[in-house]
Amino acid sequence: MNLIAQIEAEQIAALGKTIPDFKAGDTVRVGYKVTEGTRSRVQNYEGVVIGRKGGATISASFTVRKISFGEGVERVFPLYSTNIDNIEVVRRGRVRRAKLYYLRTRRGKSARISEDTNYKAKDSASA
Amino acid sequence: MRSGVIAKKLGMTRLFLEDGKQVPVTVLQLDALQVVAQRTADRDGYTAVQLGAGVAKAKRTTAGMRGHFAKANVEPKRKIAEFRVTPDCLIGVGEEITADHYFAGQFVDVAGTSIGKGFQGAMKRHNFGGLRASHGVSVSHRSHGSTGQCQDPGKVFKGKKMAGHMGAVRVTTQNLQVVRTDSDRGLIMIKGAVPGSKGGWVTIKDAVKKPVPDNVIIPAALRSAAQAAHAAALAAAEAAAAAEAEHAAAMAAEQAATEEAALAAAEQPSTGGDTDEN
Repeated sequence: MNLIAQIEAEQIAALGKTIPDFKAGDTVRVGYKVTEGTRSRVQNYEGVVIGRKGGATISASFTVRKISFGEGVERVFPLYSTNIDNIEVVRRGRVRRAKLYYLRTRRGKSARISEDTNYKAKDSASA
Repeated sequence: MRSGVIAKKLGMTRLFLEDGKQVPVTVLQLDALQVVAQRTADRDGYTAVQLGAGVAKAKRTTAGMRGHFAKANVEPKRKIAEFRVTPDCLIGVGEEITADHYFAGQFVDVAGTSIGKGFQGAMKRHNFGGLRASHGVSVSHRSHGSTGQCQDPGKVFKGKKMAGHMGAVRVTTQNLQVVRTDSDRGLIMIKGAVPGSKGGWVTIKDAVKKPVPDNVIIPAALRSAAQAAHAAALAAAEAAAAAEAEHAAAMAAEQAATEEAALAAAEQPSTGGDTDEN
């Protein structure tokens, strides 16, 4: 492990965040801290994860897509951001791609993802 | 004016702060950074320290340089650089500089050799606009256009910005902020990018365009000083512990004496009725 990876691993450990096991196709609810003036609250954002990138680095991020008032919205979250209060997996989806960019051109029925009813977490998949 | 340091660029990462901010940082490492030679006013006409960093194989070092390192009694160094200093900031030969030389929040200038880009056109090299995409322009959309006047000068002026070799020159980036230091591993984290590629050598100096902060370590943060301070702290702690132990012993002796006296007192006048012994 080179020194940069070591520093990043240390920082991830120091941040002490519990990140659930999720992947592309899963529906997640992200609690994101929003500061309005002096008051701060947690805003929930729920949608389908269409991709994760960055692997085991501190720069890892994931993209969540949802349809908001008939308009497709995508939001990229840094996985280890201190602004993320919590991540909750709402539904496990069964997909055959790592990146679900094809969902962008689809609407309604064809944009559905079937549920993975008997989901088993891999041993190595901790983050 | 105190000495700068030679550092190796390890790469970039980011730091997440408590308030939700992310800071992009470049990680620089001080690798066996020692003073190799001094330049003094009466011998050389100016005052400076020559620093060496990294580890070079002795058999791949030239005989002349081996002699130079032997004179300073240091291991052969990979990279050598001189830093002008004021006479009060001269550092002894062989002293090792640590990452505590800079503190978090301080502004520094970082110089290094930028990444080479090869032969590049005027648009990339000098931010020229190029020619139009249509309206009769053919083939030369990314050309630089006119390079001068007419028969009168009859030549292209020297220094005209044109296509050519780009990058691989010494670049200084000023007023970068130190975010964090780690003297155990010799790491300095600087906000933003610094010139050069990973594994390249850069020099860090106190920012010339900012006033020198009051809490910088003069002449430099030295390993020997840190060790001396550590030893002093250890000795002080030991002395404090010894004093404490002595005090405790004295207290115990005193308490024992008072208890004995109390016991004796309790034993002797047995007529005292109920004693408040616990």
